[in-house]
Order: sequence, then C-alpha cells, then structure tokens
Amino acid sequence: MAKTDEVIRVPFLMKMEYRYALGAYASRFFQELKDHGRLFGIRCPECERVYIPPRPVCGICFVETGEWVPVSDEGVLVGATVVRLPFIDPMTGERRPVPYGMGIIRLDGASTAMYHFVDETDDAKLKVGRRVKARIRANRKGNMRDIECFELVD
Amino acid sequence: MTSGVAIVGVAQTCYEAAKDHLAYNELVYEVVAKLLRETGVKMADIHSQITASQDMFDGKTISSMSVNEVVGGYLKSEAKVAADGLQAALYGAARILSGSFEYTLITAHAKESESRRPAVTVSMFDPFTQRPLGLHDAISSGLQAERYLHVSGVTEENMAELSRRRHLDAKKNPLAQRAGDFTTKQILESPQMAGPLREMMVSPSSDGACAVLLASAERASAFGKRAVWITGTGNCTDAYWTERDLAEARALELAAAKAYKAAGIRNPAKELDVAEISARCAFEEPMYADALQLFDGDPRAWIRQSAKGEGIAVNPSGGAITGNPTSVAGLTRLAEAYLQVSGQAGEHQVAGARTALAHAADGICGQGHTVVVLRGNSGN
Ligand SMILES: [Zn+2]
Repeated sequence: MAKTDEVIRVPFLMKMEYRYALGAYASRFFQELKDHGRLFGIRCPECERVYIPPRPVCGICFVETGEWVPVSDEGVLVGATVVRLPFIDPMTGERRPVPYGMGIIRLDGASTAMYHFVDETDDAKLKVGRRVKARIRANRKGNMRDIECFELVD
Repeated sequence: MTSGVAIVGVAQTCYEAAKDHLAYNELVYEVVAKLLRETGVKMADIHSQITASQDMFDGKTISSMSVNEVVGGYLKSEAKVAADGLQAALYGAARILSGSFEYTLITAHAKESESRRPAVTVSMFDPFTQRPLGLHDAISSGLQAERYLHVSGVTEENMAELSRRRHLDAKKNPLAQRAGDFTTKQILESPQMAGPLREMMVSPSSDGACAVLLASAERASAFGKRAVWITGTGNCTDAYWTERDLAEARALELAAAKAYKAAGIRNPAKELDVAEISARCAFEEPMYADALQLFDGDPRAWIRQSAKGEGIAVNPSGGAITGNPTSVAGLTRLAEAYLQVSGQAGEHQVAGARTALAHAADGICGQGHTVVVLRGNSGN
C-alpha cells in the first residue's frame, strides 16, 4: 500500500431537526409558568417527594404521582459554578460570552432540583448553600427562558 | 455450562488527542489484530463480539457498523452497547456463562477529536428544562465539583495533588496521553473550565480503542498465568443528576457491594492490590474511592496518602484523567487491571498484584456505575 503523510479529513455538517413532544405534564408546567408566572411540582403519594419538573411516575417508589403543588420561586443552591470555558452554544451556534454563573437550585417546597443561570460571576459569592430567587420575565412564552435567571438574595 | 469467565488477553492503542491518520475500522483493527497475535486465538474460533461506542461521537447511528468487519462480526452474533465498554464486558461474560459461547471479543472505540464535545454532550440533557439554557458536560462536572468540595472539605489544592500524582504515574505507562512531572502550581494555574475545575484536572479530549478477550473456564485453562478470573461484577444506575446528591455515588456503593459479595471481598482496602477507577475529573476519584470503600474517613487524608503513592495502588496507569475517550475509559481500566494481576504491566507493574478492581462511570455526573473484580492465577 502506498504510504501517504497527508491527512485527509471529510467535514460533514449534520443538521438534525427534532420536534419533541412536551407531553401532558411538562405542558401544564410551562402553561402555568406562562399564564401565571408560577412554578408547579407534582407530589408522590407514597414518599411525598415533590418533583419539579412534574412527571407521571416517582422513580423511587415506582408509583404514579398525583397532586400538583405550587413551589416557591425561592430556594437554595445545591450546586454552583462560574463557567469560564468558552464554547459554541449548541442552542444558538454562537460563542457564548464567559464568564457566567450556573446553579443547581432546589426550590422551597420541591424535593428535586433544577438547573439555571445565576446572575453572579464571583466565585467567592456563588457558593453552595446560598439562597436564590427566580427573576421571572414579564413577557412569557411558556419555556425555561421565562425564568430569566436566579439572583442571590442573602 | 462453564464454571467461570476469564480474561485471556487485552490490547490498547496509545491514547492521543487526535488520531488523524486512522479511520474507525483501522483504529479498532489495530487492537483486534494485536489481541489475536498475542493470544494466538483465531477469529474463526470467536463467535460472539460486543462493541461499545457512542453514536453521537461517531456521528453515525448503529456506530458498530463502522467496525463490524474488523471485530470479525460477519455472520456472527455481534451486539453494540451504547455505554462504557466495561458494560460490554459484563454482557460478554453473561454470554459465556450462558454456555452458548466459548469466547467473546469486547471492543470499545471513540475519536472525540472528530466532533465538538459540547455539541455532543448537550444531547445528554433534558430537552425541555436544561438544553434551552445551553450546557455541556464540563458545566455539569463543574457544578458537581463545587458541590463535592463543599460537602467533603476537599480543596482545589487536594485535586491538584492527586492530578499531579496521576500524571507522574502516567509517565511509566507508554500508552498514556498526557503524562509528565507537573507541579501542583502548574495544575492550579492551568486554564479554568467551570467552577473549581482546571484543564489539568479534567481528561483531555482523546482518541483510542481497547479490546479484551473473554473465555470460558475450559478455554482459559490453556492460558496459564495469562488467564485472569472475573470473580465479581456489579452494575447500578441512579436517579437523574438534578434529583440526587451529587456529592456522593450511591449507585457505585451498590454496584461495588454486589461485586465484592460475589468475589468474597469483605475489606476492599486490604484485599484489593490495585483499583483502576474511571475518574475523568480529579474530584471524582476520592468520591468514587470512598464509595468503593477504599478508605475510611477524611477524603483529604486519603488524597495526601495516595498522592504520595501510599496505600492501595489507585490508577497506576495514570487513569482516565490523563486522557481516555468516552466509552473506552472503563474498558481501559479492565485492561489495566488485567495487566496488573497477570504481571504484564511493565514499568507501572504493582509488585505482587493479585486482586484488582476495574470501574466505569456512565452518564451525567456519574449516574451509572459498573464494577468488575479480577483475580490472577498466581502472585507476580
Ligand atoms: Zn415516591
């Protein structure tokens, strides 16, 4: 076989379009957020955990969830990070400006946590255990960006 | 029915940032050819192959169908695992225990260099509540690192100490990607990624492949000391990343308990000679070593000890932090554990190693874990 030192690459851009169905539970969750700016979870009748976002089954008890319960727009950071790695945002195809804050937030009244922006880029301030509050937009579309971000409150 | 399953040979490529000169079938053929050459087993005698790869990294659904000819899969029973290759090894062992096959060839491959990791890893996340905010696995790891440090008291300096030691050990492993005598200062001053994680505390993007040949007890008997027994296995998957405490690895505790019970291990820290742990990021190693019961008490004390090369030998190969591809990293741990207990690890051989553990982590923030315990035929 003839040897070649030349590396030949084939670029291939695969643009794939999906249309994910939200389903009944997430639809109602986003409808509540859009119409009333409120966040709802769903309670497991057995272990009483409140899941957010809501879903049909409690994976721990393996029973169907039941009651919809409002959860607070305030909560606590259980994980936090200042992102400094520049990257192409897969949602927009554009380079996202760094740094910015991200957190895993457990809202008061919820048993599970959610992931969102936190309006803080100081490592010394963006710490696990800090209290945060959702900044909810006035103009809402029924998606996660209806929450603009969370802000530190204590 | 066979009375057990043994590993009779392993092969790895070297791990590199970009294997630009190799296509997938060439990459995997490199390890399969080496494995057959070294074991003397003919492909005609292997009727079962299980491959591990990630379709999103390969940019191809049914990504095993880039390598089927080179794993000898034509007109054989080939199956693909879309998880770490260590899970493929578990399925392979089950096939042999079923009595249907005498050998099973396990391979894992990935070339992370061919796609953009953030664009691939974003597809792991929930499309309704998480992806719209934009994220990838370095961000989820950063969030988890902050959580673990907060709960455990482990510091950035501790992570740097551990990272320094693993990169130093990797110098003795000719297949390692990022090896060197770095200072903790160099590690602490490497570029920040997310939260407390620096570039030198996280596995670099990596290309490579690994192959393992499993055999029935009957076939293994011909391999003498080169046959190493699988004495225990365990696998467990936890809740989603936003629904569990990211500072602990409960699924790993359960997977390990199952593997230890089968292997008759009561005190892992004393009875294991080597543990090859899949830790892409520095903070994962103490968290996983804790779940594997490799130490009791303060993880900071264990890190200081392990960084000095004392106590149970953890990742004498350097480990995944020095660079192993997704899906390959855990099978690499199995190959390295095999080399140790069969006395073939060369310069990074742990003297007298007889019992070893291999671990793989899958999913976001280590959602799933696989554990395999190996025992060599005699001390080395
Ligand atoms: Zn429940």
